[in-house]
Amino acid sequence: MTLFLEQMLNGLQLGVMLFLMAAGLTLIFGIMGIINLAHGSIYMVGAYAGTLVIGQTGSFLLGIAGALGAAAVTGVVMEMVVIRRLYRRDHLDQVLATFAIILILNQLVTILFGRQPLFVPMPPLLAGSVELLPGLVYPVYRLSIIVVGLLVAAGLYVLINRTRIGMLVRAGSTNRDMVRALGVDIRMLYTVVFGLGALLAGLAGLMAGPILAVQVGMGEQILITTFVVVVIGGVGSIRGAFFASLIIGVVDTMLRAYLPGLLRQIMVGSEADALGAGISSMGIYLLMALVLLVRPKGLFAADS
Amino acid sequence: MRMKTVLLAAATSAAMAVTGWAQEPVKIGMITTLSGPAGYLGQDIRDGFQLAIDAEGGKLGGAPVTLMVEDDGLKPGNGRQIADRFLNNEGVKLFTGIVFSNVAGATVPDILDGDAIYVSPNAAPSNMAGKGCHENYFVVSWQNDSLHESAGQNATNLGYKSAFVLAPNYQAGKDAISGFKRFFKGEIVGEVYTRLDQTDFAAEMAQIRDAKPEVVFQFHPGGLGITFMRQYQQAGLLDAVPMVVAEPSMDGVILKAVGEAAIGVNVSSHWNSDFDNEANKAFVAAWQKAYDRPLTYYASQGYDAARAIASALKATGGDIEDIGAFRDALRKADFQSVRGKFAFGPNQHPVQDWYALKVVAGEDGKPVLRTGARILEDHSDAYASDCAL
Repeated sequence: MTLFLEQMLNGLQLGVMLFLMAAGLTLIFGIMGIINLAHGSIYMVGAYAGTLVIGQTGSFLLGIAGALGAAAVTGVVMEMVVIRRLYRRDHLDQVLATFAIILILNQLVTILFGRQPLFVPMPPLLAGSVELLPGLVYPVYRLSIIVVGLLVAAGLYVLINRTRIGMLVRAGSTNRDMVRALGVDIRMLYTVVFGLGALLAGLAGLMAGPILAVQVGMGEQILITTFVVVVIGGVGSIRGAFFASLIIGVVDTMLRAYLPGLLRQIMVGSEADALGAGISSMGIYLLMALVLLVRPKGLFAADS
Repeated sequence: MRMKTVLLAAATSAAMAVTGWAQEPVKIGMITTLSGPAGYLGQDIRDGFQLAIDAEGGKLGGAPVTLMVEDDGLKPGNGRQIADRFLNNEGVKLFTGIVFSNVAGATVPDILDGDAIYVSPNAAPSNMAGKGCHENYFVVSWQNDSLHESAGQNATNLGYKSAFVLAPNYQAGKDAISGFKRFFKGEIVGEVYTRLDQTDFAAEMAQIRDAKPEVVFQFHPGGLGITFMRQYQQAGLLDAVPMVVAEPSMDGVILKAVGEAAIGVNVSSHWNSDFDNEANKAFVAAWQKAYDRPLTYYASQGYDAARAIASALKATGGDIEDIGAFRDALRKADFQSVRGKFAFGPNQHPVQDWYALKVVAGEDGKPVLRTGARILEDHSDAYASDCAL
């Protein structure tokens, strides 16, 4: 039972990390109609900037500021220099341009930091583990990721549903042309949304630093799963992204943890392990296919 | 007049052909992984290889060489395309460099079918060591299983009775687990296949904790290994369950990234930077002079691959057109390997010694790998007898 609870927490933690990425991606996709493959690169920029600042100053708090700042600046510059020219182009051009950004940023980071993964020390305050229940020991850092992720989700909920800018974002994701026709400065809105998405990706990158390896190409690894989340949640819907992230996080973790064991009941050990590993890595894509079959626009489509 | 021009042209071109034939550098096609999280593996192989070329002033075994390097991006399809281009457009007859077994599996057969030689500085999947062995296919590093057989023997020697094993779900991962099991005499209490692109191992950590093994064996090369080790430590498992690994899971870069937490981990390897032989001392000194980054065993394998090729080029006078003669010369392995003893077995895979290493605090307090007892002597691999060469 404690094992099951621990795996639930692991799934939850993976889910909130995905949410930080997916929230930005779904807004950019939903409101601006841009397929931004370079979203993962911003995650990488956040991780590297945070690592650099923490390494130079020894302060995790300054690292947070550095990561968020670098990610937001990268996002806004990217929007103004490249993305802005792509709104009226079709998705293929967008994919090409943002893929080029991935290659450029990866190479830049390789030139600046080298190919070898970097080491980020865990903030001493969060380094230990706590016993949540008898027998259930869980790292404090992972718990804090869950807490930060949920706080960000709550903050976004307030921002989207209770503020003027949130109203424009909601309107933009439902009917872009109408918002423009009503005289809203849509360019400004786009830049703000892009910057916000970049900020969240940078935060995710920073938080990933101490548990994952900070390395070139780390963004592409999480990006694919993030796109699955966006599609399942419904393009443009923050609420969809939130629930889809948690579902994907938990499903992925649970499949990995329990499927080989279940298969071992009916087959030889090593075959069951190999097959289980194979199916569990397909699991989230199967889930996506199922969701699309039942609800082609995702669970919480913005313009239903 | 016209006749004279033609004659002149013929004479000139004949002269050029003769001198050109003597000085034409030998093209060596290096297909390796330079981008992505595992990029440092290929980088080290390339730079180790280049060190051997630089030591001879741009030559190998006295013959001028051109090293052509391309990045496969850890994608089997890319590796195959590069091989086709090298073979058909560039006329390359000598290949090396591939880091990952899945890339090797897709690429090497094309190279061999193209009547070219492949000298592996790293990956050596089991399916190409036994029935699938080939006269043009040489492995300087090790057969995949052997790496982990040494870890299995190490765990047995250390007296562990139960083990939890983890490896990525691809050919080298499967080879790793079957190699470990072949030489580990205790009980396997858990067997988990991870993904080659996995970044979060929390679910696996929980399973290890639950299974309560005496020792954990894991194979996670490159960035995967760093992530795995750190999460293992963060989960509080490093103090509770000791770890036995083969060298890919604890190379110089991983060691530096994991830091003091790695102290106490048992590693098994065919090479370590502290090996006491002339070739190795020269190699380590050359590396430290040229680069300011940690020395990994990948670099040592790149270096050895170049030295092996050099020995064959020296014997044939820089000629690789007569592929049979080149093969015979290469098979003799007439070079001083940085690992000490080295010979090719019947399947053209190495026969070599394996050593137990341990991560200890060095003189400056930073963790280093220290060589201990020999685990296996003149060890070949489990597939050599199936090879019909």
